Amino acid sequence: MEYLPNIIFAIILIAGVGYFARNINKLIRNIKLGHKVDANDNTAERWKNVVNIALGQSKMVKRPVSGFLHVIVYVGFIIINIEVLEIIIDGVFGTHRIGLSILPESVYGFLIDAFEILALLVLVSVIVFWIRRNVIKIRRFISSDLKGWPKSDGNIILYFEVVLMVLFLVMNATDTPFQNLEAGNVISQFIAPWFEGFSSETLYTIERAAWWLHIVGILVFLNYLYFSKHLHILLAFPNVYYGKVVPKGQFNNLDAVTAEVKLMIDPDADPYAAPPETAEDEVPAKFGASDVMDLSQVQLLNAYTCTECGRCTSECPANLTGKKLSPRKIMMDTRDRLEEVGKNIDANNGVFKDDGKQLLGDYITNEELWACTTCNACVEACPVSIDPLSIIMDMRRYLVMEQSAAPMELNNMMTNIENNGAPWPYNQMDRLNWKDE
Amino acid sequence: MSEQLKVPTMAEMMAEGRKPEILFWVGSAGSYDDRAKKITKAFVKILNKANVDFAVLGTEESNTGDVAKRAGNEFLFQMQAVMNIEVLNGYEIMRIVTCDPHSFNCLKNEYPGLGGHYEVIHHTQFIKDLISSGRLTLEGNTYKGKRITFHDPCYLGRGNGVYEAPRDVLKKTNATLVEMKRHKNTALCCGAGGAQMFKEPEKGDKDVNVLRTEEALETQPEIIATGCPYCNTMMTDGVKSKEKEDQIKVLDIAELIADA
Repeated sequence: MEYLPNIIFAIILIAGVGYFARNINKLIRNIKLGHKVDANDNTAERWKNVVNIALGQSKMVKRPVSGFLHVIVYVGFIIINIEVLEIIIDGVFGTHRIGLSILPESVYGFLIDAFEILALLVLVSVIVFWIRRNVIKIRRFISSDLKGWPKSDGNIILYFEVVLMVLFLVMNATDTPFQNLEAGNVISQFIAPWFEGFSSETLYTIERAAWWLHIVGILVFLNYLYFSKHLHILLAFPNVYYGKVVPKGQFNNLDAVTAEVKLMIDPDADPYAAPPETAEDEVPAKFGASDVMDLSQVQLLNAYTCTECGRCTSECPANLTGKKLSPRKIMMDTRDRLEEVGKNIDANNGVFKDDGKQLLGDYITNEELWACTTCNACVEACPVSIDPLSIIMDMRRYLVMEQSAAPMELNNMMTNIENNGAPWPYNQMDRLNWKDE
Repeated sequence: MSEQLKVPTMAEMMAEGRKPEILFWVGSAGSYDDRAKKITKAFVKILNKANVDFAVLGTEESNTGDVAKRAGNEFLFQMQAVMNIEVLNGYEIMRIVTCDPHSFNCLKNEYPGLGGHYEVIHHTQFIKDLISSGRLTLEGNTYKGKRITFHDPCYLGRGNGVYEAPRDVLKKTNATLVEMKRHKNTALCCGAGGAQMFKEPEKGDKDVNVLRTEEALETQPEIIATGCPYCNTMMTDGVKSKEKEDQIKVLDIAELIADA
C-alpha cells in the first residue's frame, strides 16, 4: 500500500499523456488530408522566422499592451514548466522536492523564487486579459464571429491559468519545511500567514491537495488544448516554420493550370493524344478548393494554429467597412469543417463518407470570398504567420474555374482581357494612343 | 503637357538595331484609363527629361493577367502571362519599370515561375535612383512646405516591402511629409485590390475608399500622394465624396515629380 500514490500518479500521468498523444495523432492525420507542399526551400529564413516570430514573439509586441502581457504569460508558462518536471519525478518516485537533494539550496531557492514571481506576474496578466475580454469588451473579442463556444473557450483558458497559478503558490505556502528554508518563497511567504493556526496535519493535507490538483490540472489543460483554440502554444512553432517566405504579394501559380496552358499553346501538341499511362489512377486535379481536402497541409495547420485573437479581422478593410468577410472566421470555419471531416472518418472506419457538405457554401459564403481586396493586412497582422488570404484565393479559384460563379462584372472584365488584352472593352490597337492625346 | 513626348516602341528600336536601357511597362490602366494616362505621360516626361533610353511595347503589350489571377481565373492569368513572356523574351528584355504596383508584383514575382525572369522596378524606385544619381534634378520650389500624405499601395508596400522609395522621393520635393495613422505595413487598402476595382462592393456600411480618405483627411493634407493608378482613382473618388476636391489634390508621385 505504501506505493499506492506512486501507482495512482503513474496511471494518471500515462492516461493524461496517452489521451493527448491520441488526439495529436488524429490532428496529424487530419492535416495530412490536405495536399503536400514542398517546404524544403529557404531553410535558413524559416528557422530565422521561428526564432524571431515564434520564440521571440516579434509580431505579438506590435500591439504593445497585449503583446507585453502575452510575453509574460508565455515566458511564465515555459519556465514554470520546469517545476512540472520536479513534480513528475516526485510523483513517480515518491520523493518530495527532489530538486533540493540534487541542487544546492541557494540554486533551488533561486529557481523557485523565479517561478513564484512569474506565477504572480502571470496571474496579474491573465486578470488583465480577462478584463479586456469581459469588461472593456475590446471589439475583436465580442464581434459576431466569436459568439458561443469560441467566446467561452477564451475565458476558460484564463480560468485554467488562474487556478494553476494559485494552486502552485498555495502548494508552496502550505509546505512548512519549504517555508522554513527561507529561500524560494519570495511570494508564498506572504500567503503562508493565511494558513496560520492550522494544524500541521491540515497544512500537510492542503499542501498535498494543491500538489495533486496542480499536476492533474496541468494534465487536464494539456488535453483541453486539442478541443480549444489554445493549440497555438504548440503549433505556432511548426506553423511559423512553414509560413510564407516569398513576398506577400506573390500568389502561387497553379501547376495543374500550367500543364493545360502549355498544351494549349504548344503547336506540336496532339489534341487527340491519349493521356499518359501513369495518370490512370489519379483523380483529375480540381482547380481551386471547395473543401478542406483541396487545401494544402500548411493551410490546414494554419487552421489548427489559429488562436482566434482577431488581429487579422481588426485590420481587414472589408470587415472595417461592415462587410461579412472576417479572416478569423475563414480560419475557424476551416478548422470546424476539418474536425467534422475527421469525425466522419472516425465514424466510418477510417474512410470519409460523403456527407453532402463542404467548406464552400456550408461554412464560407461566396459573399465573404468576394469581399476580399487581397491587401494582405490579415497576413501581416497574424502573430503566428497564418495566411487566410491563400484560402480565400483557392476558393475563388474554385468558384471561377470550376463553377463559373464570378460576379457578373468580373466575368465581363475577364471576357475583355480574353478578347482585347485589357479589362475594359478597348481595342488592342489603341493601346499606345495615349502618347498623342 | 505641351511639349511632344518621345515614346519609342520596342519594334522601332529593334528595327534600328538598338536595345533600350529599360522597358516601360505601361499597363492596362496606364494605357486606357483617362486619369491613369496622365500618370503615364507624367512619367514619360520624367524619362525624357532625364534622357532615359527606354521603350514601350505599345500595341504588343497585353494585360499582365494580374487582375484575372486575383479574381480566381488562374487559367486566364497564365494565358496572358505566357503570351507576354513570349514577347518580352523575344525582345530579350532584362529590366522593366512600371507605374502600376499590381503589374510590378505580377511581373516580378509571378512571371518567373512561367519562364519570365526580369529585374522589375516600380517607378518610385526608378525616380529615386534618377535623382540620387544626378540624372534628374528638381527645382524644389513647387511643393515647398506643402503638406503631403502618402498612401501606400498594398502590392508595393505589404506585398513587396517597398516603403521608403516613394517617401524618399517626396522628401526631395521639400514638401512636409505627414503620415496617416495606418501607414507602411499597417496601411489600409484603398479598396480596389483583388479585382474589387471592377465590381460593386459587397453590402456593408461604408466604402473602403471613403474610410481610407477619412484617414488621409485627418492629416490635413494639401496633397494625397499615390503610387498606383487604382489607388489614385479610389482616393480621388473618396475626396469627391467628401466634397474636398477643391482643396485637396490626389496626385501620383510621377505627376508630383514631373512638376517639381
